[in-house]
Amino acid sequence: MKIAVLIKQVPDSWAEKKMGSDGLLDRAGVDAVLNDNDEYAIETALQLVEARAAGDTVTAISMGPERTTDAIRKALSMGVDGAVHICDDALAGSDALATSKVLAAAISQGEFDLVLCGMEATDSRMGVIPAMVSERLDWPQLTFASEVVIQDSTIHITRSTESGVDRMNAQLPAVVSVVEKIFEPRYPSFKGIMAAKKKEIAMKSLSDLGLTPMDAWTKVLTSTPKPPKAAGVKIVDDGSGGEKLVAFLKERKLI
Amino acid sequence: MSQIFILLEGDELSSAGAELAIFGSRAGSVTAVICSNNPEALVASAATLPVERVIVLTGIDFAKSSLRSVSSVLAELVKRDSPAALLVASSARGKEIAARVAVRTESGIVTDAIDVNAALEATQSIFGGSYTVSSRVTHGTSIVTMRSHCVEVTTTTSSPAVEYFDGAGYVDTQVTITSSEPAQKSARPSLAEASIVVSGGRGTDGKFELIEEFADLIGAAVGASRPVIDSGWYPHAYQVGQTGKTVSPQCYIACGISGAIQHKAGMQTAKTIIAINKDPEAPFFEIADFGIVGDLFTVLQSAIAALK
Ligand SMILES: Cc1cc2nc3c(=O)[nH]c(=O)nc-3n(C[C@H](O)[C@H](O)[C@H](O)COP(=O)(O)OP(=O)(O)OC[C@H]3O[C@@H](n4cnc5c(N)ncnc54)[C@H](O)[C@@H]3O)c2cc1C
Repeated sequence: MKIAVLIKQVPDSWAEKKMGSDGLLDRAGVDAVLNDNDEYAIETALQLVEARAAGDTVTAISMGPERTTDAIRKALSMGVDGAVHICDDALAGSDALATSKVLAAAISQGEFDLVLCGMEATDSRMGVIPAMVSERLDWPQLTFASEVVIQDSTIHITRSTESGVDRMNAQLPAVVSVVEKIFEPRYPSFKGIMAAKKKEIAMKSLSDLGLTPMDAWTKVLTSTPKPPKAAGVKIVDDGSGGEKLVAFLKERKLI
Repeated sequence: MSQIFILLEGDELSSAGAELAIFGSRAGSVTAVICSNNPEALVASAATLPVERVIVLTGIDFAKSSLRSVSSVLAELVKRDSPAALLVASSARGKEIAARVAVRTESGIVTDAIDVNAALEATQSIFGGSYTVSSRVTHGTSIVTMRSHCVEVTTTTSSPAVEYFDGAGYVDTQVTITSSEPAQKSARPSLAEASIVVSGGRGTDGKFELIEEFADLIGAAVGASRPVIDSGWYPHAYQVGQTGKTVSPQCYIACGISGAIQHKAGMQTAKTIIAINKDPEAPFFEIADFGIVGDLFTVLQSAIAALK
């Protein structure tokens, strides 16, 4: 089985994020890491090919500037076999529609059986890429999976939400996104880190994918930092804390 | 006047759905597209909102059908009527439907908006509420997914024209839903719908009884921080934060939660924030409108007593 995992490099979620004057995220100011949510997709891919039948491969696909290589190396050091890195100056400022078009084009070049993704990127937090890629490829979409099982050419997933537990399946090839509860991602071993240095990252430009530059179909008009919130009232419970809590809720007409 | 489409799903009108009508009516004449196995209730509710037309989808079993069915028909209707905007609730499902319609109709998309004005400029609160961004779609229909609890709903009386659209030809055959076990029906509101959320963190030590009792007394939903889920004290569907749900209720009450950046990412747009924590230095107090330094069990117990 050939699995593609879509990964993204994002600002470290522990860091304070800032906007640049162009209305885009200031990526220079913060550490860039592999999107946390994508590690679960990588782990899922690695577990699905754990037995390593002939022809089993896991390929990371990422679109981003040059330094995205760091995130790709992390994926490779976890055990991913190879990577495709779509890197093109014309892609700066791409919206989700353009990104999904690029990713779908890269997937189409690879004869994959399965595309795995994290549930969302921690920077944009749109969570729309898996659905868009599925729509563009016309492959079935099974998102927010907390369990994935493949039997022959059918993929079964379980999705747990507040409203209940749904089980669904589809024929491969399919696009599947996973939630963090699926598996605990492995840490790269020393051996893995060394091996990753020798693994191949195929660099692709837009024209390699047969695409031309695309305009973003959304425009940022203004972006304003929120004034820091004024500290509220803080009391120490002297036995009347609960009563004061209820009084506060009533005063604010919340109850 | 420009046409604005809104998507209403489910067996009854949700507060998020009602808000879509209010937002939509600012920018034009609202058409509600209704996807439900029992559409009568939604059609009746639409007549209490500023809605001028409803399109009821028929020929699809919405309980058994994947979201691709809904997005395909919706895309068809958008192509047919070219509305200025399509507003959808910002749930995971809503965002995916909107995403697919955007691809099919070559339209730009903005997600998680907290406001949209008559010029269809959408406002988002990003990076855990530290920036307010206004943006506009520049191509095709403006597809915007809206967070709930962002506008007050005042009911009116309208008499929308009712139209039916046969969606049978759009039923998705790619995905088979084999089973749906509904969660035990609880009287508690869902995290997305609730106007108050009471969340427990590691400080609860897994004891959620008082949190639940307090939540029920004030009509709130219950949420949790990640360690609570990791310890198996509460199901993942209730996790609030970067890798869980994003909620923006009127009021968020954090009990025994320290206030890590990844937790705040899921709740920082709450209008009023209350923190109960025994550590006076807990970071949650920095963003709390009302903070109580103390033992969460003692505080909740006395709050419950005060309510009774
Ligand atoms: C990639 C990534 C993603 C993450 N995603 C999420 C996410 O989606 N959601 C999330 O919540 N976290 C997430 N986290 C984890 C996050 O960083 C914090 O570790 C977590 O939020 C801490 O949970 P907590 O506040 O319940 O626990 P702690 O930080 O341990 O805090 C417990 C608090 O309870 C207080 N306390 C203890 N006993 C009592 C008592 N009796 N009465 C009152 N107060 C008491 C303590 O003073 C303390 O402040 C993520 C982390 C990473 C790295």
